Amino acid sequence: MAHGTTNFNLDQKFDFTAALKKSIITVLVIGAVILAIGIITNMMGGGHDHAEEAGGHAYHWYQRLFANLWINNVYFTGIAIIGVFFFALQYAAQAGWSTGILRIPLSFGNWLPIAAVLMIATFFLVSHDIFHWTHSYLFDKDSPQYDKLIDGKGAFFFWPLAKGSFPIFFIARMVIFFGFWVFFFNKLKSLAFDEDLNGGTQYWKKMRTWSALFIIFFAVSSSISAWDWVMSIDTHWFSTMFGWYVFASWFVAGLSAITLVVVFLREKGYLEMVNENHVHDLGKFVFAFSIFWTYIWFSQFLLIYYANIPEETVYFVERMQSDVYSPFVFVNLVLNFFLPFFVLMTRDAKRHAIFLKVVCSLIILGHWFDFFLMVQPGTLGHNGGFGLMEVGMLLVYGSSFAFVVLSALAKKPLIAKNHPLLEESYHHHI
Amino acid sequence: MQVTSSVREPLITGGKTLKDVTHDISRQVEGKPSIGWLLGLLVAVGALGLGFIALWLTLWEGIGMWGLNKTVGWAWDITNFVWWVGIGHAGTLISAVLLLFRQKWRMAINRAAEAMTIFAVICAAMFPIIHMGRPWLGAYWALPLPNTFGSLWVNFNSPLLWDVFAISTYFSVSLVFWYIGLIPDFATIRDRATGIRKAVYGALAFGWDGAAKTWSRYESVALILAGLATPLVLSVHTIVSFDFATSVIPGWHTTIFPPYFVAGAIFSGFAMVLTLMIVTRKLFKLEDYITIGHIELMNIVIIITGSIVGIAYITEFFIAWYSGVAAEQYAFMNRMFGPYWWAYWSMMTCNVISPQLFWFKKIRTSIVLTFILSLVVNIGMWFERFVIIVTSLHRDFLPSSWAMFYPTIYDVGVYLFTFGLFFTCFLLFAKFFPVINMAEVKSIIKSSSEKVNK
Repeated sequence: MAHGTTNFNLDQKFDFTAALKKSIITVLVIGAVILAIGIITNMMGGGHDHAEEAGGHAYHWYQRLFANLWINNVYFTGIAIIGVFFFALQYAAQAGWSTGILRIPLSFGNWLPIAAVLMIATFFLVSHDIFHWTHSYLFDKDSPQYDKLIDGKGAFFFWPLAKGSFPIFFIARMVIFFGFWVFFFNKLKSLAFDEDLNGGTQYWKKMRTWSALFIIFFAVSSSISAWDWVMSIDTHWFSTMFGWYVFASWFVAGLSAITLVVVFLREKGYLEMVNENHVHDLGKFVFAFSIFWTYIWFSQFLLIYYANIPEETVYFVERMQSDVYSPFVFVNLVLNFFLPFFVLMTRDAKRHAIFLKVVCSLIILGHWFDFFLMVQPGTLGHNGGFGLMEVGMLLVYGSSFAFVVLSALAKKPLIAKNHPLLEESYHHHI
Repeated sequence: MQVTSSVREPLITGGKTLKDVTHDISRQVEGKPSIGWLLGLLVAVGALGLGFIALWLTLWEGIGMWGLNKTVGWAWDITNFVWWVGIGHAGTLISAVLLLFRQKWRMAINRAAEAMTIFAVICAAMFPIIHMGRPWLGAYWALPLPNTFGSLWVNFNSPLLWDVFAISTYFSVSLVFWYIGLIPDFATIRDRATGIRKAVYGALAFGWDGAAKTWSRYESVALILAGLATPLVLSVHTIVSFDFATSVIPGWHTTIFPPYFVAGAIFSGFAMVLTLMIVTRKLFKLEDYITIGHIELMNIVIIITGSIVGIAYITEFFIAWYSGVAAEQYAFMNRMFGPYWWAYWSMMTCNVISPQLFWFKKIRTSIVLTFILSLVVNIGMWFERFVIIVTSLHRDFLPSSWAMFYPTIYDVGVYLFTFGLFFTCFLLFAKFFPVINMAEVKSIIKSSSEKVNK
């Protein structure tokens, strides 16, 4: 097909200007200051002496810091891997419409190596405060704190070593998942940029194969990582839906982040071939998968509520009957369901940048609250909350993530100029 | 302007023109029925008649004719119900969800898949109604009618009642969607016909005039119905899964059921579409419209949904162990190694292992192997429901009441009756209605036929 009707600059690169860098770093510094103030007020606020009767742990200010580290590690890892997943999905599904924006989700993967280091390092720092199952006395039959249930699932964390020793199986999974995610990301990235240099459809075909392989690996690893990194915090509790629940939350957050970056780049004058039709499709994705997340949330909630088995309902009791967390259960639903559902329902809302900017930013915050609700009640109990430490840490992680992604975008061409479906993308009209 | 990249496979082969599309698809509506079709109808009506004897005796004598007992109070009836409802998912998925995703390959198969959906949902609805014992009452007793009708006020807390609403809504929307899609094609046949045929198809076409305004309304309605049908497709099997998952029965109460049932339904629905379309394309010589490419794409949907189901099986099994709940752990061990081990392993082989064969391009582009595997998947999905239902019930909380379920000839007969019904309806549809949406296929002939790319 020779439709040489386009005058787009296909070799454009994103210029990560000093001014933009400065504003991102400013946000980072503000976040760090808020975080520091949060830490100091928490240290002063005490809480050292409220020894909990059940676990026998006293609450320390750093536990809240650790919980925040963990929330953001898991959340931003999710947004990064969803970038790679969305990219792979476009190849596996042979999608044409999205060709102009492919480099944006791909760039999210650059956070993965950093996330891997952060996650593994943080685990060694925080394990006893985040993961109840790391305490060896739980597995000691002679200890008064022996826990038969946790002993029963100990092999999932410690195998082949003795339960309560070093969680080799857990850590091996973490290393393997990050290792393969980074490997697949690098493979897809190098194929994508080789395509820019050499052209030809063979790269597209190869990427389809690699994308399918990545999706298989991700299908399994996303569920297991959700059990490992999030569900095992509430060690007694279990839900078969949980893996897909975390995936759904990550996916909507990732889609919102992709949409935001695309809208931002367009406003800066990049990606001329991306018009309101493409933005509309991204808006549809955000809209549809917000409903999907709600479907998963509601199904999990309804089935546990309806069957009313104490072992399962405890999860929602801890959240909904808590002065600290119950408001956030509703914040979670309002930001992640009612807001996108009502605001993005019309065609116009999905085609205009302002609606998407507001909704996607709030969704990113909303799904952060989702992870906040998954992590804090099981780690901090009534000592948790949404305060300066939470705001500060979120700003630090968010601005670092943005910095890494934009730096990566600035290094390579923004357009997959030799992609065989690029022409289809130009003429995408809905 | 529409642009289609040269890397895409053509969706219509053989250099077809618009006139060829009309001719190739109207041909079997206008021609005499073929011998193959007549033989097929004879078998289908035979099954219907034979099955009717079992149905009649069940209604005459009562539900005691089935193999149910006090421990296993639900077995073949609900298994068959869920199986047929699952099959009734692909049609609306293809026409609604794939429409929203702008998948043009759906156009060759959506008509037949929607018809299949409607017939499958009718077959499914038979089972709860028959199980009511007196269907002439049960059919309306399931509705929230005042007590003066002689019925009791329904229990709104019960997912079984939600099912009544979900399935009847789904059925209505699917029927309207299917019929509206048929109208322009009925008009095409009307315009080519004479005499009584012209009158009949003219009435079916609702006075379609093909004006630009009419087309514009047609497209708006299609989009609105697609938007409505998409949440409905998900809701139907979600609520079917609630029938089990809201309970406290080990093996039934698990939170992953809603999306896992939906994936399983799409999986079995696509398998049935393949079974039907492979035969239809051969009998009606539609190989240029339902190409190997279409079959390959449907096989890919089967790999994806089969793998999702596989992940759900493994998740359930893992969480049963991880939960530390002895009854859950036993329920899964009993499935694998208990007296119904053969049903469990049939399910695993048919649903998890066999679709993985489609990773090989040779297999997923082979008509014969696809046909065989589509049957295997259908069998596997029947076993899945049987395993979930019967193995979770037969060894309940009181070991003294543990029992086995043995189907009687009447269980089998009623199932056969629904097969007869399904194939009779489908064969009648295939003969008298255009099996491919001519109007939609014509809309892609410029962009996606072989001529353009060559």
